Amino acid sequence: MTKETDEAVIRCDGVWKIFGGRADQALQAVQQQGLSKEETRDQYDCVVGVRDASFEVRRGEIFCIMGLSGSGKSTLIRHINRLIEPTAGAIYIEGRNINEMSQKDLRQLRAEKIGMVFQSMALMPHRTVLENVAFSQEVRGHSVKERNANAMRAIHSVELDGWESKYPDELSGGMQQRVGLARAIAADPSILLMDEPFSALDPLIRRQLQDTFMALSAEMKKTTLFITHDLDEAIRIGDRIAIMKDGVLVQIGTPEDIVTNPADDYVADFVAGISKLELVSAGKIMEPVASYEQRRGNADMTGWPEAHPEQSLDDLLNLSIATQHPIVVKIDGRPLGVVTKNALLRGIKGGADDTGAAA
Amino acid sequence: MENEETFNWLDPFSSVDLGIADSADGVKQWAISNRDVIQPIKQVFNELVVAIDTSLNAVPPTLMLILLVLIAWQAAGSRTAIIVGVALTCLGLLSPDAWGLAMTTLAIVIAAVVVCFVIGLPLGILAAKNDTFEKMLRPVLDTMQTIPAFVYLVPVVMLVGIGNVSGVIVTIIFALPPLIRLTSLGIRGVNPSVVEAARAFGASPRQILFKVELPLATPTILAGVNQTIMLSLSMVVIASMISVKGLGNEVLRAMGRLDAGKAIVGGLGIVILAIVLDRISQGMGQSGRERGHRHWWQGGPVGLALRMTGPKNETTPPAAQATAKPET
Repeated sequence: MTKETDEAVIRCDGVWKIFGGRADQALQAVQQQGLSKEETRDQYDCVVGVRDASFEVRRGEIFCIMGLSGSGKSTLIRHINRLIEPTAGAIYIEGRNINEMSQKDLRQLRAEKIGMVFQSMALMPHRTVLENVAFSQEVRGHSVKERNANAMRAIHSVELDGWESKYPDELSGGMQQRVGLARAIAADPSILLMDEPFSALDPLIRRQLQDTFMALSAEMKKTTLFITHDLDEAIRIGDRIAIMKDGVLVQIGTPEDIVTNPADDYVADFVAGISKLELVSAGKIMEPVASYEQRRGNADMTGWPEAHPEQSLDDLLNLSIATQHPIVVKIDGRPLGVVTKNALLRGIKGGADDTGAAA
Repeated sequence: MENEETFNWLDPFSSVDLGIADSADGVKQWAISNRDVIQPIKQVFNELVVAIDTSLNAVPPTLMLILLVLIAWQAAGSRTAIIVGVALTCLGLLSPDAWGLAMTTLAIVIAAVVVCFVIGLPLGILAAKNDTFEKMLRPVLDTMQTIPAFVYLVPVVMLVGIGNVSGVIVTIIFALPPLIRLTSLGIRGVNPSVVEAARAFGASPRQILFKVELPLATPTILAGVNQTIMLSLSMVVIASMISVKGLGNEVLRAMGRLDAGKAIVGGLGIVILAIVLDRISQGMGQSGRERGHRHWWQGGPVGLALRMTGPKNETTPPAAQATAKPET
């Protein structure tokens, strides 16, 4: 990851957040004696919100933080635009330490660089959709004409044309969150912070909004930090996922990493119910040609279906149905490995790692 | 030390005299000795109250009645306008000089409410922002609301003298607390996630106050204004003891002469005035949603006039029409 360090748009460096009157003492105790969440609460009457979180989000990447309620993910995201001050650690936005910024610079950063979407929508009920969307430009003192033009563009991109003079409570929940999204992108910020934006919506609307968001995000290439409690959503949307538990980032990796190599039982529990068909690739479950031939003797691979290492289990399944033979995985015509029917079944079930040995 | 012999443990309070009443009487002396400083300020305020009074009385009653009905229609709708119209007609019919007296009382109430608003709103905002200040303010407000008016009547008169200004001051002391309380309550009651969103989009504390908190707290603040108006009216009889004219004075004089008829006329006048002011100020306090999200200029007589004078779209306010244009 060292290669991308210059590219990191958001960088969190050992961020701690402890809530309570004696936060500093509690922090020392936790760092030196490694107190648990409960011990800290009992001894110092402090709540550990975030525990030593370090991660980077690269330019244009969608980084999902997934965790259950109370895991500290909403607390963590509020550090990125300094709505919450960290107890220890530093947050860098494009290389600038935002904890050293003046209030004035910070306000400029929030209005121009960072857009935020909230789970509760948090639209201003006394303002029309247009006035809500134009808010961040209004506080920067942009002219009415300019900010309305930008706001109308944002409203158009979330497909809410014609609703701009309505008030938020005249809109449905899904439409309100579209307004929230439009408000976040109206000032064309380079960073989007999404705090469980779709959690409060019903499944169908959630799906629709995810699609809208992904289409927008593909088009606009914004660096996005996306909070969710829904692993399906994280896998659907995220380029990389961080799993958070009790304030700790337990594992950071691509969706495939997380699903195939869960770091601990907690993560494994989470991913148990996730379908591997689309996530796991042939390269992950294949048995190297050498070990296959050692086991079965030289194989005649003519007539075997061929696949690319990047292809998903879903594709392999389709190939496998049509034939009795195992599938050979090739790169540039050179055989790399073999996927037997057993290995394929085991891969779908989720035991990708022990394919070779067990077969 | 001498007290010790006569000190009775079962009844300790009768044998201890700290002389609080005497030292508190010093307030009166202080007030008298500082009168000269107060006089110029008093003069300005007095002229202001008199100016409001004379202008209200200068308007012919019929015109004034129509004006008040129109204001009620604008602020609270046609039904309230009818109630206000009927109530004001009754007020005028109570006795030949009831209308003029009511206008004088209205002038005092307006002056008191305006001053209350100017003092109360900033104090309420401060109380909402600062817990310590709110805690310190609360006993003061409790005192202002519960202490009998007669207690501060004397020091105020000693300091300012009798007349309109001390009437207004006495009224303010009693009528100010609900406005401060409800302003603070309204601002504290603003949805914190909306305030957080405003912060996340770069609003300064000042912008958050004026663009988010005050607009959202407006219904509560106007409920405070309504309460302040009602409490001001309830003070007019007491204020008339320090030579404030108007309906209250009628009641006071009738009481002195045991003239029940005149007292009823004055009392009913105050009640009718209260009903009128209550309905109008409550109408202003309605939230946007209750009004169906129409702007104030879209309803009532102004809306009617606008619709008649220009070919306006009924549902879209002029501002929205203007802002909707940059659509591309």
